[in-house]
Amino acid sequence: MGSILTDRKNQVLTKKLGASTDIDCAKESLAGSVSQRACVFCGSRVVLYPVTDALHLIHGPVGCAAYTWDIRGSLSSDRELHRNSFTTDLREKHIVFGGEQQLYQSMVELIDKLKPEAAFVYSTCIVGLIGDDVEAICKKVEKEKGIPVLPVQSEGFQGSKKDGYKIACDALAKLVGTRNNKEVSKKSINILGDFNLAGELWMLKEYYEKIGVEINATITGDGRVNDICNAHKASLNVVQCSGSMMHLAKTMKEKYDIPFMKVSYFGIEDMSDALYEVANFFKDEEMLRKSTELVKDEISLLLPALEEYRKGLEGKKAAIYVGGAFKAISLVKALRLLGIETVIVGSQTGNKEDYKLLADLCNEGTIILDDSNPNELSDFVNQTGADLFIGGVKERPIAFKIGIGFCDHNHERKEALAGYEGMINFAKEVYASVNSPVWEFTSRKKQK
Amino acid sequence: MLLRHTPKDSIERKALTINPAKTCQPIGAMYAALGIHGCLPHSHGSQGCCSYHRSTLTRHYKEPIMAATSSFTEGASVFGGQANLLQAITNIFEIYEPEIIAIHSTCLSETIGDDLNQIIQKASDDGKIPLGKHVIYANTPSYVGSHVTGYANMLKGIIRYFPEATEKKTDFINLISGWVEPSDMKEMKRLAKMMGAKTIMFPDTSDVVETSLDGDYKMYPKGGTTISELIASGNSKKSIGIGTWATKEAAIALENKCKVPFALTDVPIGLQATDRFIQAVAKAAEISIPDSITNERGKLVDVIADMHQYLYGKRVALWGDPDQLIPLVEFLVDLDMKPVYIVTGTPGKLFEQKMKEILSEKVPEAKYKAGEGADMFMMHQWIKNEPVDLLIGNTYGKYISRDENIPFLRMGFPILDRIGHSYFPTVGYMGGLRILEKILGLFMDKQDAESPETSFELVM
Ligand code: SF4
Ligand code: SF4
Repeated sequence: MGSILTDRKNQVLTKKLGASTDIDCAKESLAGSVSQRACVFCGSRVVLYPVTDALHLIHGPVGCAAYTWDIRGSLSSDRELHRNSFTTDLREKHIVFGGEQQLYQSMVELIDKLKPEAAFVYSTCIVGLIGDDVEAICKKVEKEKGIPVLPVQSEGFQGSKKDGYKIACDALAKLVGTRNNKEVSKKSINILGDFNLAGELWMLKEYYEKIGVEINATITGDGRVNDICNAHKASLNVVQCSGSMMHLAKTMKEKYDIPFMKVSYFGIEDMSDALYEVANFFKDEEMLRKSTELVKDEISLLLPALEEYRKGLEGKKAAIYVGGAFKAISLVKALRLLGIETVIVGSQTGNKEDYKLLADLCNEGTIILDDSNPNELSDFVNQTGADLFIGGVKERPIAFKIGIGFCDHNHERKEALAGYEGMINFAKEVYASVNSPVWEFTSRKKQK
Repeated sequence: MLLRHTPKDSIERKALTINPAKTCQPIGAMYAALGIHGCLPHSHGSQGCCSYHRSTLTRHYKEPIMAATSSFTEGASVFGGQANLLQAITNIFEIYEPEIIAIHSTCLSETIGDDLNQIIQKASDDGKIPLGKHVIYANTPSYVGSHVTGYANMLKGIIRYFPEATEKKTDFINLISGWVEPSDMKEMKRLAKMMGAKTIMFPDTSDVVETSLDGDYKMYPKGGTTISELIASGNSKKSIGIGTWATKEAAIALENKCKVPFALTDVPIGLQATDRFIQAVAKAAEISIPDSITNERGKLVDVIADMHQYLYGKRVALWGDPDQLIPLVEFLVDLDMKPVYIVTGTPGKLFEQKMKEILSEKVPEAKYKAGEGADMFMMHQWIKNEPVDLLIGNTYGKYISRDENIPFLRMGFPILDRIGHSYFPTVGYMGGLRILEKILGLFMDKQDAESPETSFELVM
């Protein structure tokens, strides 16, 4: 394994019986690595972006805004304000003399014309450096315009995406509890951490409503400012994707004593658990009965349909490299259901607990990675003979060059992958990619 | 409607860009560096920038795009990034083994004031640059210029480092390529070769960002200008800078450094710009234009004549980079179309001047704008006030196209939702034909889909 930087040897681990499963994670990337990681701003931006009736103004030079223009397919059932790109487009003069005036002007102009329900103002790296007092300006505009204006101090250099999630949560927490203009039933939940990629949130909503749970706020998929302001009125926070929204859930627990529950909607087991656990929480027999029924119905439809795909996938091997390790855990389980063994699993920003869970879950010999790079990934894929890669935009072409199947489990997913329907979509996508006739035309040497 | 928030009445905007028609410098530097064989671009700043640039290029080319980053943290942004960069240089040569590292700065490292030249010197003094390996750099602050500026700056960085002048001049000519697709670079080389000119093209991203699938992932694909070619470019008898914004400064730098005289020409999009390109090559290489070239030209002219009735008077809105827009607008005018709205986020007075030259007589109603405030939002407002028949520009036009039901030809950077640009050129006479084919296809498909039964035609 010549391609591992010596300084990151401990960020790679091969599972062996009895051996330590301690992985060195949550480290800053080494200077000079072709890291697949992004920045704080990126984290904040992806989390807040699906709030569709808010203004998202990026204070910085043009690039940071240009690259995040509508890159995540978060669907909206109403306004589409979030799909535009607004930026102060800082020029040299602002770097020298400060960008506060530019920021103030931009905000006033936009709020007057577009009438958003709230505004999020993102600081990028350079703002931290030139010392603009973004907070003061936000306060001023908030007073003048009468809508919440929230600074998101997401200077990229402060860390990785994960830190950005936390900052986004803090901004959302400022909205929560500021309004009481909504009737909310006792059996209501907030859905935290689903971003409505490919309309997944709508599916989840339907499941929950079927078992008799009311949805109060969805944070942030298809999100609305007013719902978020009333989010404290829900009885429970259901948090998916532990990485991005746990912090908000914890804050709401402290402040409003709203309990939270960690779930995953990916794969049959996890999806079903998500329903049962909510039903159990409300200690509602009727709800539990309905859940059992729903799960039974869905599974009886799903399993026969999956069987087809399973036949074509049994015994294949997968490599997983995704943003958070929690997501990887669900993926390992879902793949297992399709008869696929995970031989490599890694994430950009997992934490120790997650990696430990992963190690417990995986088979002997599985390679576990933190903050990997293309060379390393490609070497391990060749070494293990994986047939499928699950990752994001930067991994896709690498997988294809090696000549193996790929499934996007990130922003660029085109099909809903959550819930029961999502499981079918996932199976179909994986099946199609792994068994594509194109692989017969490449010269990859199958290492069996 | 996705852009239902765009009002028809133009709004007062002093300090704001909505839906930009440009992006930032480093991505241009990264793209230019990819056109050098065995080169790993390096982003001196925090991780985010690098990740965004790579993702965008990956989406545009559907290819792995490699670049390293200095991974700035809080500390680096207070104390400067020297330590990070030194460490990065060591790590990169140790693990990724490139021939060249091409460093570009970011807003952050520029504002901190890191001196790339001095840091690289230190790396060299400390023996961190292995023998026979190279480190080049470009300053690319994004609050100046646009992505095109970054491309131009990296070309200057290449010139600063590689070309050497010796006693013996060669009969090669340098083709300094502006920011075009790998397919376009290939086509320009093909044309020059057809004419019998010996050329060194740089940068050259063909076979770097459009590689074959052969079951093996290669960090450094086979394409790209080689180091020996770059060195030799100092002995060429002439340079041709293709596209003023992207190549002028590099051409000047090469002349100053190695006494290679240069000529500038437009990116050869369309009939006249291709004529000028061919003439420039012929003149520089002191050769005559072969019949085979004249023949290709004749075919383009023939199709223009055949199809004129479908093109005549059609109103077009375009956005993108000056080096593309100038010849493209000229081509549209030659097709008897009316380019009425033209927007580029890349600043430069020369652009408006050129537009005036091309348009003032034939399309006096045209509106055009460059730099501050020239964004897609403004263009959309213009369109809302008086519609057009065709949009030409990068992927970001798809919202307007959908909302206003206007046919849309994707050209420029980035194209995130179609393929083809990597493989089929839009430069040269054949490239002109491809543009025509696409435009006509769009018009005719629309006509077929929307015309009433009575006027639905089989033969068009
Ligand atoms: S900080 Fe500058 S270099 Fe980085 S993405 Fe933003 S504009 Fe581009
Ligand atoms: S400048 Fe900072 S905030 Fe912007 S993309 Fe780069 S790292 Fe992220």
